[in-house]
Amino acid sequence: MTDKVSIAILVITSLAIVAGLLLSFAGRQFPANADDLIEQVNALLPQTQCAQCGYPGCRPYAAAVVRQEAEINLCPPGGQSTADNLASLLGRRELPLSSANEYTQTKRVAIIDEPLCIGCTKCRDACPVDAIVGAHQYMHTVIAVECTGCELCLPPCPVDCISLVPVA
Amino acid sequence: MTDLILILIGTVLVNNFVLVRFLGLCPFMGVSKNIEAAAGMSMATAFVLTLSSAASYLLHEYVLLPLQLEYLRTIAFILVIAASVQFTELMVRRLSPLLDQVLGIFIPLIATNCAVLGVAILNVQEAKGFVQSVFFGFGAALGFALVLIMFAAIRERLDASDVPLSFRGTAIALMTAGIMSLAFMGFSGMARM
Repeated sequence: MTDKVSIAILVITSLAIVAGLLLSFAGRQFPANADDLIEQVNALLPQTQCAQCGYPGCRPYAAAVVRQEAEINLCPPGGQSTADNLASLLGRRELPLSSANEYTQTKRVAIIDEPLCIGCTKCRDACPVDAIVGAHQYMHTVIAVECTGCELCLPPCPVDCISLVPVA
Repeated sequence: MTDLILILIGTVLVNNFVLVRFLGLCPFMGVSKNIEAAAGMSMATAFVLTLSSAASYLLHEYVLLPLQLEYLRTIAFILVIAASVQFTELMVRRLSPLLDQVLGIFIPLIATNCAVLGVAILNVQEAKGFVQSVFFGFGAALGFALVLIMFAAIRERLDASDVPLSFRGTAIALMTAGIMSLAFMGFSGMARM
């Protein structure tokens, strides 16, 4: 009786061990491909989805970086630290933040011309980093330290009261 | 040879696992919203079904029977199925990251697809040989694929059609599945297994 039970336990245990070993072997034989690298790159990006890099969002940019189609220094919201992290993750040369687009040369933030603001909340909804505060029908304002200067709040504003100014 | 063709016809049409035996309804309802996902799911399930029916046959014949452990077969089969699903997930992730994103949670859920366990247990119950078992698993997978893709195509058309408000969504999908099942009953008696 005990024999039968111990054989049963042994069989199931060894089955599980064999399956586990085979799977871990298979996992090593077929290692994570570029897709997981895309995930890693994506995790380093700030997820503002601001599209300043020229791609529709952070994940497409990460995919382009992994495919070597894009440089690692195109992300203004992430700043120099993101570019450096990407360089060390991918083993590429460190690059200064791209100056191809003008706003990366001097960091700029959005500022709301407050007397003109009608409190429509449209810019608040557009902001990827929640740097705009304000309630419906009340004046809005920008939290300057949170703003990445992505310009996504400019098009929705019905009274064009937002402008970008260089940080002093 | 005839016998293998009969097994295929039997599992695909006459005793279709989804519409006649009513096994594997979860992915049938869950992954039938568009044809691409349905096709990907069918391929993944076909791979798992064939692999696991072969593996569970070997396990039953060469480990459980000699040791008189037939009563452990459900647990042992579930273990084998879970392992082959993990393996499939590994392969899908490597070969088609896009499909991995589309299917998402449904790949691990193949492990709980009762058609997979059903095939393994029916193989043992009906005392089939190795080749027959593999063909039975493959036929079940083909039948599952056929029905899933057909159902996905119908649902895509239903999305564009004017369904009465109270029937929209799952209700009309379930009714469609019922009518498809009735249609498949028409095959009964065509081939004996």
